[in-house]
Amino acid sequence: MLKFLLALIVFGILAGSIARMFVPKERRAPRMQFRKLFQQLAGVLLVVSLGVVVAHWFWNRPAPSELQTAGNASAAGAPSFKASDITGASFGRGFALTDHTGQKRSLADFRGKVVLLFFGYTQCPDVCPTAMQRFQETMKLLGPQAARVQVLFVTLDPERDSRELLAQYVPWFDKSFLGLSGSPDETAAVAKEFRVFYAKRKSDGALGYTLDHWAGAYAFDAAGRLRLYLPPELSAADLASDVRQLLATAG
Amino acid sequence: MKAVSLFVSLLLAAGSLAASAEAGLRVEQAWARPTPPGAKVGGVYMQIHSAGIADRLLSASSPAAAAVELHAHVIDGGVASMRALPGIDLPADAVVELKPGGLHLMLIGLKAPLKPGQKLPLKLRFAKAGAKAVVAEVGEPAANASANRTPASHAEHAGH
Repeated sequence: MLKFLLALIVFGILAGSIARMFVPKERRAPRMQFRKLFQQLAGVLLVVSLGVVVAHWFWNRPAPSELQTAGNASAAGAPSFKASDITGASFGRGFALTDHTGQKRSLADFRGKVVLLFFGYTQCPDVCPTAMQRFQETMKLLGPQAARVQVLFVTLDPERDSRELLAQYVPWFDKSFLGLSGSPDETAAVAKEFRVFYAKRKSDGALGYTLDHWAGAYAFDAAGRLRLYLPPELSAADLASDVRQLLATAG
Repeated sequence: MKAVSLFVSLLLAAGSLAASAEAGLRVEQAWARPTPPGAKVGGVYMQIHSAGIADRLLSASSPAAAAVELHAHVIDGGVASMRALPGIDLPADAVVELKPGGLHLMLIGLKAPLKPGQKLPLKLRFAKAGAKAVVAEVGEPAANASANRTPASHAEHAGH
């Protein structure tokens, strides 16, 4: 929009100058008057351009809810990630859930490890197994460093995903992965804390319902700070690279 | 003599018609993901090559599951959702790909987890081509790596 207006202004000036050349000398307005007119026009154009610039900025200012902050507060020499750097985010401070062995868990329990937090449900045929598979591949790529990574699967479907079911499902991808669940209220609370959208979608068929849910994931560094938003299409190789950086820099 | 030649040509015509209908619709590279224990659902993917006539996949069934449904998968703005479909349209002379992140057959009520290397029998019912028996391979094909990129292009279009 801005570019268009600028082009229009430039074109206008050019066209005006060219058109002026075709007007015979006698018909042209005296120099003095032309200069005044030109000054007035320039003044108007300046005001209009400023107005356009202000409107453009106002229209396009970043929404406060945007998770993916482009050009965030990364000082020179800060690590650059393939995932979205959300260091300093004010949400996602922690959770209090029960793992699939029955033990109560909070984020603090995993201090010293990079935590990869995913939200899904076991009766999800595509997105969740794909994500879990990707985490599994990431662990393989990390080799011995995988011992310092903890993958957590939080169920958004506590009604169907019992602890026993999670105990069967989650470690199948990797023995170290932990399933986490809570009551429906606790699930809603953790989803809210992490800005995870989920909703039941009634299914006419044999399923009863499926869940629409946010398919991304989060990464915490070893100091328990929320650092990255992992989009669903992030590859295992890219994730492994980001995890290595988190492991190298965190205290 | 005339009757015989007429008969033979009719037979040939019928045969070629039948052959072209048979050669028409093809299902290729049918595969399914191995499923974790506890998961009663699984996804089946494939490529459906239609021929000269447009067709429609109406339903599917498998002895391995209580029901099979047709589903479309959408990831929009990071949110994944699934929609059951009454059918999948197959335009003439086209390939419709069922792949992770997109269209798939959903096995519901799996009788047992799908194991890598297992052969999964399916029966697909098409509006024109009728019933077709297909066997899907359980495993992760190499093509899966690129297929998983599909949500990316979809996510990039999100937000409008």
